[in-house]
Amino acid sequence: MGKILMKGNEAIGEAAIRAGCLNYFAYPITPQSEVSEYLSRRLPEIRGVFLQAESEVAVSYMIFGAAGCGERIFTTSSSPGISLMSEGLSYIASAQLPAVFVNIMRGGPGLGGILPSQGDYFQATKGGGHGDYRLFVMAPSSVQEAVEMVMKAFPLAEKYRNPVMILGDGLIGQMMEPIEFPENLRSEPTNKDQWATNGMATRNSDKPNIVKSLFLDPDELNDHNLLLKAKYERMKREDTKYEPYNLDADYKVLIVSYGTMSRVCRTAIDNMKAEGFEVGMIRPQTLFPFPEKAISDAASKQSCEVVACIEMSMGQMVEDVQRCVLGKRPVKWYGKCGGDVPTPEEVIYVVKSFLDKNKA
Amino acid sequence: MQSEVMFAGFGGQGILLSGKILAHAAMEQGFEVAWIPSYGPEMRGGTAYCLVVISDRPIGSPIIKNPRHLVAMNRPSLEKFAPVVKSGGVVLINSSLIPIRTNRDDIDELMVPATDIAKNLGNVRAANIVALAAFVTRSKIIDFDLLIKSAKEEFAGNEKFILLNMKALEAGKKAAI
Repeated sequence: MGKILMKGNEAIGEAAIRAGCLNYFAYPITPQSEVSEYLSRRLPEIRGVFLQAESEVAVSYMIFGAAGCGERIFTTSSSPGISLMSEGLSYIASAQLPAVFVNIMRGGPGLGGILPSQGDYFQATKGGGHGDYRLFVMAPSSVQEAVEMVMKAFPLAEKYRNPVMILGDGLIGQMMEPIEFPENLRSEPTNKDQWATNGMATRNSDKPNIVKSLFLDPDELNDHNLLLKAKYERMKREDTKYEPYNLDADYKVLIVSYGTMSRVCRTAIDNMKAEGFEVGMIRPQTLFPFPEKAISDAASKQSCEVVACIEMSMGQMVEDVQRCVLGKRPVKWYGKCGGDVPTPEEVIYVVKSFLDKNKA
Repeated sequence: MQSEVMFAGFGGQGILLSGKILAHAAMEQGFEVAWIPSYGPEMRGGTAYCLVVISDRPIGSPIIKNPRHLVAMNRPSLEKFAPVVKSGGVVLINSSLIPIRTNRDDIDELMVPATDIAKNLGNVRAANIVALAAFVTRSKIIDFDLLIKSAKEEFAGNEKFILLNMKALEAGKKAAI
């Protein structure tokens, strides 16, 4: 099959279907409402379930219920909507149920704006909801990558029995690019018997499954948290993903950037290379687990003088970058979060000024 | 080689659609493409624009401040974007609605009364396709045949629209020669 031209939001909806998910509950919000628009037409055609809930809080609990029944389920929203879903996310993570959440980020805080932003990095990677839980977080930088991440998200959610979040931004949702849906990423749940409460008669197990997040006994709750922690450690070992860019060169500056912002940085790096100025980049594809070792190693390269974290926020991922670099090199930050995406020219200017200031 | 085309005009003039048809045709020709809409708090009758990036390599930044070409369907669009078009680019001016010019001598200015041509064809809404055809003819950015093919696919299932838009493509082509 040839490539087709599709808008990010519509492609995300179709990718979930192609991955084998026929259930979608959501509440519309710019800049991702086209996912709902697309699926409201498409899901009934294939006997799937499209449901517009009364609020995002309700969405998160409907997902909790559907996941507990052993159904593949996903939702999409944008920043303020994800805040409302965060309570449910904490419960779903504690109850160890698989589900996929897509956040097409817009500017914040509060109602903010409707243009692209990466201001929900902390919310996605450090919590959002209460308690010691983590989401598995992936960040696409193109429509094709968004498609593939959505398709991979379902088996990952089931592998870890944990919610997976795709953290895109308004541009990924609104942009059209040529895409294809890789047939080999279609999948089916393989470990449903471990958690689905769909009746004993339906499965090969004598153990009743119980969906709960209440553990009043302190030892039991501590053990439960240790179990969750072990899963998060396993994510780090087995599924950390990143893309290196121009790391073979003797770069003076190492950029760490993700999503739409990383594409702008890629163009800036190409343009600087053309004038003989080498800059390398690590683009985290998973934000949790974070590519800690890769960043630490790349920052330690002898030619590297400065590490620059460039993101569309007021400085969130930079804290993780600092944690990885551990003072071996100065870590600088540049970003914007009003909705304007910095241009390649802007990136070139700040990268060079970081280097100059470092020498001064 | 990378080219960027900015389509701009009033909301309702089919700006986003003409960009999409161009992007689709360029994809069919084997190029990498990206179509980026304006999606601020827009409304019908307000300004609308979209940017189509066409490249023979994977597209990096989708944010372009200086596009190579411009198709301006109304006066505010020309005033806003003509000054930032790269030297050597094509600037198409919908002269039915725009009484001014760019006053630049480093670009290829193409005056096409797209709205009047579309009215003569029987439907003013085809002005975007007239302009698109004229632009592709002058810039040679893609094969004209692929433009016809992708327009047919866009309007698939609606014979009346296909007929109208095929006429619009021909008329636009003629206007650019």
